[in-house]
Amino acid sequence: MEDIKGAGNSGDGQEMEDNKGKFLNPTPILDELEGGQWPSFITGFKELGERTEKPMIRGVLDQLEYSYKTKMGYWKGGMVTVKGYGAGIITRYSMIKDKFPEAKEFHTFRIQPAAGLHYSTKMLREVCDIWEKHGSGFMNMHGQSGNLQLIGIEQDKTQECFDELNQAGWDLGGAGATVRTAASCVGPARCEQACYDNLKVHEKVLKNYAGMTHRPEFNYKMKFKFSACPNDCANAIMRADVALIGTWRDSIQIEQENVKEWIDEYGEDALYEQVVNMCPTKAISHKVGTSTIEIENKDCVRCMHCLNVMPKALSPGKERGASLLMGGKNTLKVGVNIGSMMIPFMKLDTDEEIEEFIEQMDEIIDWWDDAGFDHERIGETIERVGMKQFLEAVGIKANIDMVVRPRDNPYYKKKYDSTAD
Amino acid sequence: MSLDVNGTTIEVDENGYLLSLEDWSEEVAGKLAEDEEIEMNDQHWEIVNFLRDYYQEFQIAPAVKVLTKAIAKKNDIHKKEASVFLYELFPNGPGLQACKIAGLPKPTGCV
Repeated sequence: MEDIKGAGNSGDGQEMEDNKGKFLNPTPILDELEGGQWPSFITGFKELGERTEKPMIRGVLDQLEYSYKTKMGYWKGGMVTVKGYGAGIITRYSMIKDKFPEAKEFHTFRIQPAAGLHYSTKMLREVCDIWEKHGSGFMNMHGQSGNLQLIGIEQDKTQECFDELNQAGWDLGGAGATVRTAASCVGPARCEQACYDNLKVHEKVLKNYAGMTHRPEFNYKMKFKFSACPNDCANAIMRADVALIGTWRDSIQIEQENVKEWIDEYGEDALYEQVVNMCPTKAISHKVGTSTIEIENKDCVRCMHCLNVMPKALSPGKERGASLLMGGKNTLKVGVNIGSMMIPFMKLDTDEEIEEFIEQMDEIIDWWDDAGFDHERIGETIERVGMKQFLEAVGIKANIDMVVRPRDNPYYKKKYDSTAD
Repeated sequence: MSLDVNGTTIEVDENGYLLSLEDWSEEVAGKLAEDEEIEMNDQHWEIVNFLRDYYQEFQIAPAVKVLTKAIAKKNDIHKKEASVFLYELFPNGPGLQACKIAGLPKPTGCV
């Protein structure tokens, strides 16, 4: 067996020699993570540690090395806030601060990005400078939480750091039982499939729920995600309590000229293999020898496959809006849920229409706040009391287009068999 | 760690929360509030007393949600207004500051 030299033995004489003149202590086990063909966070940690000589970074690396040795994590939570805020900072205290005093505290700031994760380079430079001045200098962009996360700060520096960030135009995100930081896909800013201006709706929702983002007082978390088309790049249907997904209610727009161009370029076989036969509801037809396609729109289930394959020839209909799905979440009290279709179609073009949506959400959240148990996501509350009770309570009329379970198991993706009828 | 109130020494934890609920008095609360840079008025006392009553009955500090709703009901305001009201009284969060002044243990977890 190969001898892992020095692993778990940082007092080794040779290593002391190799480490001469360096700020960081030897971390032989962590160094193993730098091998292989992918970038390693350890390399980043070490570079930053050597450059800034922050004791906090040295302490965290030492503690992490120890964690890998003992196969145990040593961070615990707690409560750290800034003035006027009850949430937004994720607390991390070391459980073994006597052993690693430099790693005593390593709290995380959650910062709200702009809708669609659009930044200016100036704003990014500012946040980098402020963070390196007060905190560790590490950031994480962007986890499933949708936040720009600034990792590693001590409690007594949080207020001054926050004040500077706030002056530069940043605000804390959600944590705990709050309306969490929302997420959107790039939307109409950079995508031709967008069916509504999700960036605008995101911004309005964010502003409306700012208080509920900063002051945790719900049963549990409440997440909004906005995808501008059924491709759902924001992963809304699976991950968000409130998923607003763009859709259309008329027919897919076909540019037959571009269909012909596509067929000329890729051939008729490709059209069958990649478009016609891939339609899950067999809504697309093509006559051999012609250069056009027909779509039976009432059969279309908005899977987006044909639109993605032929983006020039096909585009969403002209009557565009969004569907509201609620209750998506990962395992909690009950297992993984996909959002249920609550409002099959709504227009979101004007400020009034967006306002109406927010009013509806206010009513729904209010209901959940009263009817929900502690630590219960809204999907679970709905499942517990029953869909009928929920709809009656929030004043949504039942409709044949509503689907309780678009697909039961979110891990399951159907492979469509092109030879089947 | 300890707190000195009129010559009496009172044991507190590393974050300044009382170790024993029995040590609490209005003077102690006043000293704790001073350390938190809060000037106590009737509205502050009302919340501190609510927390103490609740703790004595249920042996646990109320969830912020429960506190907010109770204050909303008592003052006949909407719970959104009650939330703003609570944070105006206790800027670092009613969970952290009001519990401290009321002599309750430090709330744990992320809420």
